[in-house]
Amino acid sequence: MEPGDGVVNRPPVRRRTLLDWLLGLGLGSTGLAVFHPVRRFLVPPRGGEAETASVVAGSLSELPPNSGKVFPFGSRPAIVVRTPDGELRAFSAVCTHLDCTVQYKADTSQMWCACHNGIYDLSGANVSGPPPRPLETFVVNVRGEAGREEVVVSRS
Amino acid sequence: MEDPTVATTTSSWRARTATWIEERYELGALTRFIDEKRVPVHRHSLWYYLGGMTLFLFIVQVVSGIMLILYYRPSAAEAYESVQYIVTRVEFGWLVRNVHSWSANLLVAVAMLHMASVIYLRAYRKPRELTWVSGAFLLFLMLGFGFSGYLLPWNELAFFATKVGTGIPGALPIIGHDIVRLLRGGDEVTGATLSRFFGLHVAILPAITTVLVGLHLLFVQQQGMSVPPSVEANVKKGERLRETRFFPNFVLHDAVGWYLALALLAALAAFSPWELGKKADPFASVPAGIRPEWYFLAAFQALKFLPSHVLGIEGENVGVIGFGALAAVFVVLPFLDRGASYGRPGRWVSWLATILFAFLAVMTVLGYILA
Repeated sequence: MEPGDGVVNRPPVRRRTLLDWLLGLGLGSTGLAVFHPVRRFLVPPRGGEAETASVVAGSLSELPPNSGKVFPFGSRPAIVVRTPDGELRAFSAVCTHLDCTVQYKADTSQMWCACHNGIYDLSGANVSGPPPRPLETFVVNVRGEAGREEVVVSRS
Repeated sequence: MEDPTVATTTSSWRARTATWIEERYELGALTRFIDEKRVPVHRHSLWYYLGGMTLFLFIVQVVSGIMLILYYRPSAAEAYESVQYIVTRVEFGWLVRNVHSWSANLLVAVAMLHMASVIYLRAYRKPRELTWVSGAFLLFLMLGFGFSGYLLPWNELAFFATKVGTGIPGALPIIGHDIVRLLRGGDEVTGATLSRFFGLHVAILPAITTVLVGLHLLFVQQQGMSVPPSVEANVKKGERLRETRFFPNFVLHDAVGWYLALALLAALAAFSPWELGKKADPFASVPAGIRPEWYFLAAFQALKFLPSHVLGIEGENVGVIGFGALAAVFVVLPFLDRGASYGRPGRWVSWLATILFAFLAVMTVLGYILA
C-alpha cells in the first residue's frame, strides 16, 4: 500500500470480480468434495490380519527337538520352533529387516533369514546381521490327547 | 492494492509459457477455432445440453469404474465378497459404488432422452447421418455395459437375470446355441461367464466406446450443432439466426448441465444406496420377482407376452427377430427419412417414434406391476 491510499480511495468490488470469486469458490468446493472421497478410497483399509488370534500350527509329532516349522498366521507367516531341549516357542516369521521369511537352522540352533543373513537366537532376539529388532513373540500351547497333540499358537 | 511488479511478473510468466508452447505445438489454429466457434440459439436450444450431460456421466463412469477395479475381484468365489468389502470396509467405497450404479442408470436415461430429442428435431438429417449412426451404436454399447456390469457383483438377481438374458439368443435356430456358449463362456452361467463379462465390461467395450465417442465428438465439432427444420425455415424466410460464442458462453451453460447431473447423482448415491442382495447360488431356485434393469424391462416384458407360436414360428424367435429389426431400422433411420434432408421432415417419423416410446413405456410399467 502506498501512503495516502486510504479506505475512501479503494475501488469498489466490481460485480465481475465478485462473480468470478463465487464461481471459483463453487468450483473449488466441488473439487474438494470429489477429491476427498477419491483420496480416502485409494488408501486401502486396514487388512484382516489383525483379527487372527489363534492358529493350529501343526501336530506335535511334526516337531522333533531342534526343528522348526513355518505356518500361516493370518495373512503372514509365523514360525514355531522346538529347541534342542524340547521346549516350544513361536514367533512371527517376518524378518524385522526387510520382511523376508526366516527359517530354522538346525546346525546352529538359530533362526536365520536367507535374504541378508540375519540371525535370531531361540528367544527371537536379533543376534547378528542387519535385523534391527527381535522377532515378534507368540504364545504356544499344546492341546489334545497324548500322542495326537496339536500345537496352538496365539497372539499373546 | 496489487503490487504492479508482481502483476507484471505473473503476466510475463504466463506469456512466456504461452510462447514456449506456441513455438513447439502451434496451438494458434486450435485457439482460433475455439474462439470463432459459435452455437445457434433458438427455442429448442435446451436439448443441446443432453449430449454434454451424457458425456459427463460417461466420464463419471470411467473414473468410478477404474476406482472400483482397484478392489474388485472377478471370480465367482470372491466377486460378491469384494463388492461387500468395498461398500463396508473401504472408505467412501459405498459412495463410489453407488455413484457407479446410479450414474450408469442416469447415463442410459439421459442418452435415451438425447436420442429422442435428435429424432424429434431431425438433427440426424444430412449431413449428420454418421453422427446419428455412431450415437446409435454408442447407445447399444451403453446397454452392453449395463448388461455386463449388472452381473459383476455376482448376486442372486444379477445371476438369474444374466441366465435369462444370455439364454434369449438360444431360441434362434442353428446359431442360437453357439451364441449362448460364446456369451456365457460355456453352457451355463458360471465363474467363466463372470470372467468374460468382466473382460467385456472393462476392456473390450471401453476400447470400442473410446473410438466411437471420439468420432461422435469429432463429427459434432466439425459440423457444429444442427438447427431444427422449423427454425431453419424461419431463417430462410429472412429471420436472423441468433448465435452465441462456444467459449465461454456455451461451455459455461454446459457446465450448469453437468452440475445438475452431478447434484442429482450425488443425492441419489447418498440417499438411495444400491442394494447388494444375496450372493448368487447356482443351485438355488430362482427368487420371485426376478427382472432385469429397467432399460431391458420393456423387451423382457414384451417377450413374456408373446404366445408360444406366431404363424408357425416360435414366439421367442419372433421377439428376438422383431427387436433385431427395430434396432436395424433405428440405426439407419437418417437414410429412411430422406425428406428431412431437403427441409421436408416426414411426420411419420415423429408418429412412429411416439408410438414406439409409448409402447416401451407401457411395457416397462407392466414389467414392474406384473413382476
